[in-house]
Amino acid sequence: MVPLWMYLVVAAALFCLGVFTVLARRNAVAILMGVELMLNAVNINLVAFWRFVTPATMMGQAFVVFVFVVAAAEAAVGLALIIAIYRRRQSVVADDANLLKW
Amino acid sequence: MIDWTNANFLPWLIPVPPLIASALIFLLFNRSWFLTTLTALAATILSWGMSLAVLLRALGLAFGDPLGGSAFSSQIAWMDTGTTQFNIGVLVDPLTAVMLFMVPLAISMIMIYSVGYMANDPRRERFFGYMALFAGAMLTLVVADNLLLLFIGWEVMGFCSYSLIGFWFEKESAHKAGVKAFMTTRVADVIMLIGIVYLFAQAGTLNFRDIFFNHEFLAELASTPALIFGGAISAAGLIGVFLVIGTVGKSAQFPLHVWLPDAMEGPTPVSAMIHAAAMVSAGIYMIIRMYPLLAAGADPHHGIYNAPLMLMAYVGAFTALFAAIIAVAQNDIKRILAYSTISQLGFMMAALGIGAYVAAAFHLITHGIFKALLFMSSGAVIHAMEHGEHHAHAEHHGEHAAPIDVQDIRSMGGLRQRIPVTWWAFLAGGMALAGFPLITAGFWSKDEILAEAWHLGVGGEWFGPAVFVFILLAVAAFLTAFYTTRQLAMVFGGQPRTAAAEHAGFVDPEHPTPAAQAISGFMQGPLLVLAVFAVIAGFVGVHPDFPLLGAIFSPYGNPFHNFVTGTLAEEMPKVAFNWLPVLISFLVALGGIWAGWMVYWRRPLAAGQEDPTKVALDRVSPALYTAMQRKFYLDELYNAAFVRPAQWISDVLVAQIVDRGIIDGVLHFIARAATVIGETFKRFNRVVIDGVGDGIPSGIARFGGWFRQLQSGQVQQYLLMALLSALVIGMVVFVRLIGRG
Repeated sequence: MVPLWMYLVVAAALFCLGVFTVLARRNAVAILMGVELMLNAVNINLVAFWRFVTPATMMGQAFVVFVFVVAAAEAAVGLALIIAIYRRRQSVVADDANLLKW
Repeated sequence: MIDWTNANFLPWLIPVPPLIASALIFLLFNRSWFLTTLTALAATILSWGMSLAVLLRALGLAFGDPLGGSAFSSQIAWMDTGTTQFNIGVLVDPLTAVMLFMVPLAISMIMIYSVGYMANDPRRERFFGYMALFAGAMLTLVVADNLLLLFIGWEVMGFCSYSLIGFWFEKESAHKAGVKAFMTTRVADVIMLIGIVYLFAQAGTLNFRDIFFNHEFLAELASTPALIFGGAISAAGLIGVFLVIGTVGKSAQFPLHVWLPDAMEGPTPVSAMIHAAAMVSAGIYMIIRMYPLLAAGADPHHGIYNAPLMLMAYVGAFTALFAAIIAVAQNDIKRILAYSTISQLGFMMAALGIGAYVAAAFHLITHGIFKALLFMSSGAVIHAMEHGEHHAHAEHHGEHAAPIDVQDIRSMGGLRQRIPVTWWAFLAGGMALAGFPLITAGFWSKDEILAEAWHLGVGGEWFGPAVFVFILLAVAAFLTAFYTTRQLAMVFGGQPRTAAAEHAGFVDPEHPTPAAQAISGFMQGPLLVLAVFAVIAGFVGVHPDFPLLGAIFSPYGNPFHNFVTGTLAEEMPKVAFNWLPVLISFLVALGGIWAGWMVYWRRPLAAGQEDPTKVALDRVSPALYTAMQRKFYLDELYNAAFVRPAQWISDVLVAQIVDRGIIDGVLHFIARAATVIGETFKRFNRVVIDGVGDGIPSGIARFGGWFRQLQSGQVQQYLLMALLSALVIGMVVFVRLIGRG
């Protein structure tokens, strides 16, 4: 059986990929995709800890389902914002949407 | 309800009509000559009528019993003074009653006369307003029952005299004369006020009868040492001296007489008012009124004098002679009369000083009448001369280009045929003033003063006050007769010396308008009335032992004496009849008239001729006549001694040193110090307060300016920072967890 640490390594790697994507990519859609990666890395952690630490209860799986739902909602709102910004500025580059600053 | 027909209350109403008339004229009628004269005349004649009613009542001739030793009086509470009340009221005792004969008579005559005299003056309505106020004030003074109400009337008259003397204020000299009269009398009034206050402090009342009928109080006051000079003078004496000084100012006695001759700058009715009916009579009236206080502790009938009496005797006698000497050398028709007034007031003052109480009151009454007459006559003369001057110019088309002084008696002469009514009036007044024996009022009153002085001088010590008074007054009476005759001769006798006198009183036959008449009926009527009184008024005071006349006029004793002496608590002793003073009276009066006749009437002065008196006196010393003419340089002396120093003090000391130097200096110093302190505060404020106050926000602003750059708007930067922060926090937590182990 695959030990817990492997799951955690995969999740950590996936999270770092997500962080890198979020910080490095200029395209806002890609940043959203990075965020999804980070969320799913967390989901892996949640499921892994559930399986290895408290298999008797369903809390870990339920939590993951909630994260899916929130992620879907977040993606929907995020994409809608990106489309709205694009319509106004003809750009999906996150750096161009810098109106809200000092 | 007050019964105004009751003699106790009627005196309240006597001063009221002129006062109301004055208010009406000033406020409502000052555009209407007709209403003004109507109001003024109605008011004064109403007062006169009421005064006569009171007088007749007092004499017992109508409405009841004679006054005797009692008095008509009523009072109202005026003001609460602590535990006591100050009452004011009216009092008619015999002295007031005789004043109520003379004053309203003279005032009414003067008012009627003024209608004619002021008819062509542009400010005639205002003139009547002041005159009515003047009359009301004088009547208030006469009926007052206390010294304070008397003083109120006194001061209102002071104001009116100022306004009326300076009535023709376009003339610099008139304006100055008004100020001079006001200031001179003010000096005396302040001292008098101190006396009044001192009396009130001692007596607790100013009511005449309360004080004078209280023998213990008077005796105590006479033995109390005064507040100042206590060793030399009693409290009564000091109060008396203060009051006498008030009279010295008001009645123009030496050395405060200087205002009166200058007061001739006013219109002539004003002169008559001031000299006869009001003002100067008020001064003498006051000391007659206050006589029991002035004489407290003294008995001049037995040779015992005190300070106020001595002061009155010496000042009065000296003034009488001094003013008579000056009058001899004057050439202005009104100035001669002015000095004669000063001289005659000196007679009264001296008479009072030697205790000749009744004689002083008698002379006050007769003098008031004949002096009013003389002034009004002189006003008529001046009017006639002005008319003549005007006519002379019109006729000769400016040939007599140099205008003459219409008041200068040297420019007159021969007016007897030109203005005969005035001549007779002036003659009656002048002879009364000169004391022409037996048939003029002035003789009887002057004779009584001399008789009393003689009597007291013979009985008293050698060269006591009475002797001094007698000698000086006899000489003054001689000079009075002389200068009066001189005036009559120069004005009316001989031939006209100028064209103006030639045409004086001329009524243009081609234009017989009322305005062309020099002396209107309004002016002549009062002259005749007063001329009659100037002759007959003396017959009420004939000595009962006087041969023949005494039996006719005084079968039951001297009526005036018997009546007026009821004013006092004790009867004034009657002086026995003596031939010698009567002879001296005859002698000085007739001698003076004869001398004047010889010098001025028999050989009338030609135009441009030197005054014979001057020629005669110049043989003795050329400076003498000039000194007399210049009034012994008293004006110059006062100018140098008081006016100039006062101006110097106000200009140099007060204005330059005190005001501009010290007061302004202090002020400027304070201002400058305040400026310096303010500047310091300002700097402190700017550096410290503003530094702190501005520093904090600007520091915050700078920090904020730097700090805000954190918010770059770059979403990814934010995320990076959040991540780094999370890492750092995570590290810290991790390290601490390990450390806890």
